[in-house]
Amino acid sequence: MTSIPLDQDINREFDNSFDRIEGETPLVTGDASLHRITETICGVAEARRAPKTWYVALAISLSLVGLLGVMVLYELFTGVGLWGNNNTVGWGFPIINFVFWVGIAHAGTMISAILLVFRQKWRTGINRFAEATTVFAVACAGLFPAIHVGRPWQAYWLIPYPNIMGDWPNFFSPLLWDACAVGTYATVSGLFWHTGMIPDLAAFRDRSTSRIRHTIYGILCLGWRGSARHWHIYERANMLLAVLCTGLVLGVSSTVSTDFAVGQIPGWHEAIFPPYFTAGALFSGFCTVLGLAIPARYLFGLKDFITKRHIDNLAKIALLFSSIMLYIYVIEFFIAYYSGSGYEQLPYLNRLFGPYWWLGWGILFFNGVFPQVFWFQWARTNPWICVAIGIFCNLGMWMERFVIIIISLHRDFLPSSWHMFFPTWVDFCTLAGSFGLFFTLFLLFCRFLPMVAMSEVKAVVPQGIPSHQGDHAGGAAPQLEGH
Amino acid sequence: MYMSENAIVVQNTEAPELFGLMAEYPNVDSLLVAARRVQAEGYTCWDCHTPFPVHGLDKVMKIKPTILPWLSLGGALTGVFIGLVLPLLVNGIAYPLNFSGKPYWGLPANVPVAFPLFILFGVFSTVVGFSLLCGLPKLYHPLFTVKRFKRATDDGLFLVIEAADPRFDVIGTRQLLESLGAVALDEVKD
Repeated sequence: MTSIPLDQDINREFDNSFDRIEGETPLVTGDASLHRITETICGVAEARRAPKTWYVALAISLSLVGLLGVMVLYELFTGVGLWGNNNTVGWGFPIINFVFWVGIAHAGTMISAILLVFRQKWRTGINRFAEATTVFAVACAGLFPAIHVGRPWQAYWLIPYPNIMGDWPNFFSPLLWDACAVGTYATVSGLFWHTGMIPDLAAFRDRSTSRIRHTIYGILCLGWRGSARHWHIYERANMLLAVLCTGLVLGVSSTVSTDFAVGQIPGWHEAIFPPYFTAGALFSGFCTVLGLAIPARYLFGLKDFITKRHIDNLAKIALLFSSIMLYIYVIEFFIAYYSGSGYEQLPYLNRLFGPYWWLGWGILFFNGVFPQVFWFQWARTNPWICVAIGIFCNLGMWMERFVIIIISLHRDFLPSSWHMFFPTWVDFCTLAGSFGLFFTLFLLFCRFLPMVAMSEVKAVVPQGIPSHQGDHAGGAAPQLEGH
Repeated sequence: MYMSENAIVVQNTEAPELFGLMAEYPNVDSLLVAARRVQAEGYTCWDCHTPFPVHGLDKVMKIKPTILPWLSLGGALTGVFIGLVLPLLVNGIAYPLNFSGKPYWGLPANVPVAFPLFILFGVFSTVVGFSLLCGLPKLYHPLFTVKRFKRATDDGLFLVIEAADPRFDVIGTRQLLESLGAVALDEVKD
């Protein structure tokens, strides 16, 4: 671990996006004393007033949440006929949005869990962020199947439970799989998020000046006191949760994709779907974190924790998944051609030359071609390009779900049942409302919870790592025992 | 030795409510040295409190590996068992229903349910196990009465020896902690 050279101009941002020859590149730039880490992260939540931008953003997001509430109530009192769904396209916007939000959720788990399992220390700056993204995106995702079933007040019928109505669960039904996968995902990501936050919530408790804050954070942190014996169990618990969540990342999108793959619809009935959906989910998730982390690091002054190296690494992973997506798109077209089946080829021809041709080409460019700019380092370190690609990719991934669902459904085996899908204004308002829900939760998180995992960052800065001297001194201790 | 020592008697009469002694150390290295010495001296009721997990401290303190992984495994296997056996009982034995000519029970069809339940139960048992093994939530602790202890979540590195320890004596333990380079020493009242 090296610290920053002293002659470095303090106001200039330190570029740690490449490995230095003269020593290890620091994970946290600037003055990385333990107290300063606490000051910076807690300072965001303790400031009497948030930045003006925060209030503006919250006002916009909250109005969108209001819109969502109105749309959901309107739908509940009127019926699903308000949406563009029709007899041919039974899965319209709700399922598109559901798959889209589940996908966004995945990056959080990926960054937290998989990078923890592989002991990637650079994740400490962004994992809390990413986990928050997961929890909020799952909340948005869960909303859509719930309203899509038509009678959400009976959504608990999805869960097999003993009842006196003669309801008998069908364990072969993908609807049950969804309930299991999404329910598990929401519960698990919430628990993982909270467990990871316990030491930082304790830091908030210990710094709080008002009684209310002290009580709330005190209860949330379970009375954590940083005991070494607790840390031992805590670290093991976190690692176990990470391993389980890693399985979940691969499992949830695979389950969601199986909902499609078990249906005998051309364009859905494919063995490639589980890895395809998982890669797509991770891709959109990484792009979301990229798009959110950059504005947040400027807005809340977290440049030393979410460094250029983080942005650079995120961009590289986005590039990897973009390339996987491009490969899968090509393979899908090839397999459709190679199958020799006219039914199988039709949706793929429709994707490029049908009535929704612009969406078909859009996903190729937004997801496959544009992110290739990340091959160049100047693009990976340019915040504007990173945010732009982050937004484009999410747009592209939303379009991809539209393409998979709508294009396969709107023209199936019987031309007499072909029907175009036109979303209504209620569809669009509900989608916009779900974004409002996501951003409201995210903004509240930025203001009231530890945005960066302080305890994890402290363990990787020079002050937190025992020196070799300490090891020698420690090694000398048994001699003390002797005399 | 315990009964005859004068210091113990003094402690028992003068400070009956003493919880223990809390020493602060300036850096990770000195905390590790101190912890190693305290362990070597034969103390059993003592602990370190740090704002982050200090690498190597659990080895120095000779903390036994936790049984938590076994709890997780047990929970996870219970989940799989439920995910596979519940459909068998419900659809295979209790009331066989024919869905599109499919078998009443099949392993592949149950994987999408059994797998999430594997994770869900594994996570539940990990979180509950963590909570039980640590004795949390515990919203009050004598250490919280010490003002300095607030820095245990910021940048303070503390070593606490409890009065309940059989080897504890106010003067001797205080001297030991001071000789190990403590920058601050507090008496923690219960």
